Amino acid sequence: MSASVSAASRAAGRGARVSDLRKRADTFGDRALFGICLLAALTAGAIIVLVGYLVVHGASPAISKFGFGFVTETEWQPNFGVFGAGSLLYGTAVTSTFALLLGAPIAIAIGLFLTLLAPKGLGAVIAPLVELLAAIPSVILGFWGLLVLAPFVQSKIEPFLHGTFGFIPIFGAQETTGLSVFTASLILTIMVIPIIASISRDLFQSVPAELQDGAAALGATRWEVVRGIVLPTTSSGVVAACILGLGRALGEAIAVSQVIGAGSEIQASLFKTGDTLASRIALQFPGALTELHKASLFYCGVILLVIGLAANLIASWIGRRFSYGGAVSG
Amino acid sequence: MTGQLIPDPTVPLTPSGNLRRRRLVSRGAEVAATAAALAAIAILVIVIWTVVSRGAKAIDLEFIFTGYPTGVGPMLLGTIVIALVATAMAMPLGVLIALFLTEYAGARGTRLLKLTLDLLNGLPSIILGLFVFALLVDHKQQSAFSGSLALAIIELPLIARGSQEVLQLVPKGLREASDALGVARWRSVLTVTLPTAIGGIVTATVLAVARAAGETAPLILTTSVFDPKAFSFNPFEPLPNVPTWIYKLSEEGNPEGFTEAWGMSLLLVSFILFASLGARALLARSKRKLSS
Repeated sequence: MSASVSAASRAAGRGARVSDLRKRADTFGDRALFGICLLAALTAGAIIVLVGYLVVHGASPAISKFGFGFVTETEWQPNFGVFGAGSLLYGTAVTSTFALLLGAPIAIAIGLFLTLLAPKGLGAVIAPLVELLAAIPSVILGFWGLLVLAPFVQSKIEPFLHGTFGFIPIFGAQETTGLSVFTASLILTIMVIPIIASISRDLFQSVPAELQDGAAALGATRWEVVRGIVLPTTSSGVVAACILGLGRALGEAIAVSQVIGAGSEIQASLFKTGDTLASRIALQFPGALTELHKASLFYCGVILLVIGLAANLIASWIGRRFSYGGAVSG
Repeated sequence: MTGQLIPDPTVPLTPSGNLRRRRLVSRGAEVAATAAALAAIAILVIVIWTVVSRGAKAIDLEFIFTGYPTGVGPMLLGTIVIALVATAMAMPLGVLIALFLTEYAGARGTRLLKLTLDLLNGLPSIILGLFVFALLVDHKQQSAFSGSLALAIIELPLIARGSQEVLQLVPKGLREASDALGVARWRSVLTVTLPTAIGGIVTATVLAVARAAGETAPLILTTSVFDPKAFSFNPFEPLPNVPTWIYKLSEEGNPEGFTEAWGMSLLLVSFILFASLGARALLARSKRKLSS
């Protein structure tokens, strides 16, 4: 009897102690969870800062030696310690612009097809397939570009374009390998299409149906609905999507380095070889001759980083400032 | 009945003049949009078909399980190790960031953190290669771990955003029930929210791995000088891996090497395609289940 009473009182005491302990554990647990979540979030920010710091730090010998002249200097001769990113910037600008000019209309058209034209079942098949295009690793796309696309470009597309539009200097005479700025641009086009297409599709889907139905009720044809309603309401988002695509194209190193031919001169014809900032890093960094050579490649990285961050910031600013759907932020 | 409502049977019912032109333009636009979609699919099919038809010739058991020069076993093993180590770093961090976004961050913090994740996601992978090189490799030696770190940074924003989307779909009722029972927040998170969302989190992670597995640029700066004959699990030495080996073979221009590279491409592409298609289907399913 007395034993059971004492057992009960002991149990009650333990219960109070346990709930007290539990409360303390909960306070601790709540704080700990908040703490590590906050830490994780701060880590993400710290990574960006650290990336910026270390890339600039790696470039510092080249920055102090060449200054801003690096950007306009077109000579790149590792053996003589002469480095300038002018021709690389030119190659980067040409390939990315070309990829965007060719890829953006196709991608936007795909977005329109998926939202307005495709029957529901077909759209559900085609949309993931277009996104799969983005899943192909760049090294494999570049390898395909090297062995399949480049010979095709060399034997079929170059003579055709030169024959038809040869009066424009960018379509020069047929070259021997097909490794060229032109082929690199085509590979980049393939890479930007899925990015722009999937964002535009999300944007177009967010256009209110009443607006489109209203226009249709007034007698607008499908194209006029697109032209008058869908594109104007989403234009800022589409621009942001294109800038994101541009950022992707600017930074692609591997696939470009496989098909661009690693030329160091600025040449008018797109069928000549060239090089881009990212591709030059991929090609020369593993075998960099001197510390200055390495630092110059880091300097190329700094330029890329600045352009890339700027493109993403602008895209996100446009997305926030102008689009009501918010589809671009993802 | 009044006769005026009956249309003149001699007037053709096809549109004419301006309307005819507008219809034609519209029709043309429809055809162009369809053609664009078909072109994208055609490119995908051509690339995949090339990889399959040329790669299938190279692949047999010897190719998968032996080392250089008869097979690519060490590269496959190395890629698996590198991806696993990367994911072991990125997944916990990504899920914690997602939790911070859904549980703690205010409007301003959410915006800032999402922007940070977008910026991370937009960093060219070659830049991450330079970063990890400067951090871990410069003046020391290459290692698979440094490659994993770069891949982890690539996976991080993908896992964080993917997990956040799933966490947001966890039914409010579940959390409210847990709160009503007086359960502390951290217990609710660990025992209610995370278990409910775990399926979606895992699939988001698989998608991130599929994206990172084929990344080449960071690896050629961090783990590209290796012995292609050696099977090794040690992440603190440079490990053979599939992407840099494909890259090396493609630069060499030797036909036998090309066949080997196609074989590896086929293995890599099939992993990536199955992983991303499967994960996508699972993700759609678990999102549907959560939001219903």
